[in-house]
Amino acid sequence: MTRTLISHAQLRRGRGRVIYWTLLTVVVVGFTLVFLGPLYWMVTGALKSGQEIAQTPPTLFPQDPQPQNYVDAWTQLDLAKLLFNTFYYAAGAVLFQLVFDTAAAYALSKLRPAFGNVILGAMLATLMIPAMVLIVPQYQTVIDLPVLNLSLIDSPFAIWLPMVANAFNIFLLKRFFDSIPEEIMAAAFVDGATPLRTLWSIILPMSRPILGVVSIFAVTAVWKDFLWPLLVMPHPETRTISVGIYAFAAGTPQNVVVAASVIAALPTVVIFLIFQRNIMSGLTAGSLKG
Amino acid sequence: MTAPAPVKAEAGVSPKSRRKIRDNLTGHAFLIGAVLCFALFMWYPMIRGLVMSFQRTRRGVTTWVGWDNYLRIIDDPSFWVAWKNTFYFTGLALIVGFAVPFFVAIVLNEFRHAKGYLRVLVYLPVMLPPASALFLFKYYAYDPSEAGLFNAILTFLHLPTSEWMQSPTMTMPAMVLASTWMNMGGAVLIYLASLQNISGDLYEAAELDGAGIWKRIWHVTIPQTRLILALLAMMQIVATMQLFIEPLILANGAGTQDSATSVAYLIYQHGFFQNDLNGAAALGVIMLVVLAAFSAVYLRLSTKD
Repeated sequence: MTRTLISHAQLRRGRGRVIYWTLLTVVVVGFTLVFLGPLYWMVTGALKSGQEIAQTPPTLFPQDPQPQNYVDAWTQLDLAKLLFNTFYYAAGAVLFQLVFDTAAAYALSKLRPAFGNVILGAMLATLMIPAMVLIVPQYQTVIDLPVLNLSLIDSPFAIWLPMVANAFNIFLLKRFFDSIPEEIMAAAFVDGATPLRTLWSIILPMSRPILGVVSIFAVTAVWKDFLWPLLVMPHPETRTISVGIYAFAAGTPQNVVVAASVIAALPTVVIFLIFQRNIMSGLTAGSLKG
Repeated sequence: MTAPAPVKAEAGVSPKSRRKIRDNLTGHAFLIGAVLCFALFMWYPMIRGLVMSFQRTRRGVTTWVGWDNYLRIIDDPSFWVAWKNTFYFTGLALIVGFAVPFFVAIVLNEFRHAKGYLRVLVYLPVMLPPASALFLFKYYAYDPSEAGLFNAILTFLHLPTSEWMQSPTMTMPAMVLASTWMNMGGAVLIYLASLQNISGDLYEAAELDGAGIWKRIWHVTIPQTRLILALLAMMQIVATMQLFIEPLILANGAGTQDSATSVAYLIYQHGFFQNDLNGAAALGVIMLVVLAAFSAVYLRLSTKD
């Protein structure tokens, strides 16, 4: 391990050692309280009855656990439907992004057609535009697509297609493809492989890690998104889970809303715990060298 | 006499350049899906937003109105309140949300144990849907009675309790707290990665020169991570200026005495409740100009020295 701010030797000697272990304990306990504490409070708070939650001082453990709150959340808010919708949008977003963004990044990295750099530049320029600035004209576009005169409101394409226009993912994929040696491409062409065949049989199998990162980003992006699905998926039948909970919040008991929020958070938390290594490496790789 | 031209050109093309054309076409075929999506949902809306801000659509009839939308938006008293709130949030979030993750990353980087666990903890809130996390804050943490989590802690510590979102002065700090808790994980991980790139020799040399811990942070850590610090500060400012979901959920939009109204919330209000998409588009353009001007000044300053 390389040396950091404080040397190893200093941390292992008498006083340094004591300070190190004290600080480590304080930080581990403190972080657990700060980051897991609220989640614990959320999960157990949703188990409390209406009276217990209003009690002073609040109870650390639910005295009379009410799993009924979670059942109520599931049935009253029709969470099964909301979860299904969100999964469906997330899966489609992954598929569309993988197909179109991978193809585009492959073209920009390996096929390099005329004006490729101009197109890449125009794509990267969109990273400079804050999402809020475009929300109104994007909505206008979705309610009345130019040329086609179609409305995508309440159609999953209103989520899938804009997700493809993700310059960050294309950049991430392109950079990965750039690192694949040119000789491999040349060898494939000499063997008579078409560009599509080369992509499918040579490039993609080598790119599994980055494809995984892009997929996870797509799922969490759809899962966490709020304003866009609120606007383009207004019908109760097509809502995403975050929007559904928000829409019901006003007329629903607080504990039930929080119970629903716990259920809504579970899938992303589970995905994170399983894929944490890929997520963290993808996050830092994409931002550091970018 | 225009028709034969392409045929002639075709005949004159050598096999080599014909292949080049074919390769280009293949390349563009791979690009077409993404390019169409960018064109429809990014490039066209950019232009459309600008055009819309100079038009007014009433009962299906669109007319050019010059600067009317801008004047109407600026005339609205909530415009200035929203900017004041947004700048306040951005400033406060920068002080808290910028210094805290950097310091946390420096501490985490020194640990030889429990590093993975701590990293997972810090990033966990980032993975929660913001709506979920904000309902937790709204109903349990910021409950203004003494039954609320934060007030219970304050009572336990014999400190005065707060009304949180009910109090116009606490609204912004409370939103910054929630937002920092939800979002700081990303910054911590990026700092951690850049701290790991600092060569140990630099610290070694600084220590031999008699530099203490703070001096080493000041003279080695900060200069070595300056670029990433500047970049993240910029990204954070752009992100926090778009403050939206925190006021919407925590403060039901405007908050007590308009203490939560943000520019983004105003765009939402104009566009989708006051039937004023043109005004909302004008507000969007104003926001873009402010952010662009800000970025330009910032880039100038951070690349100067």
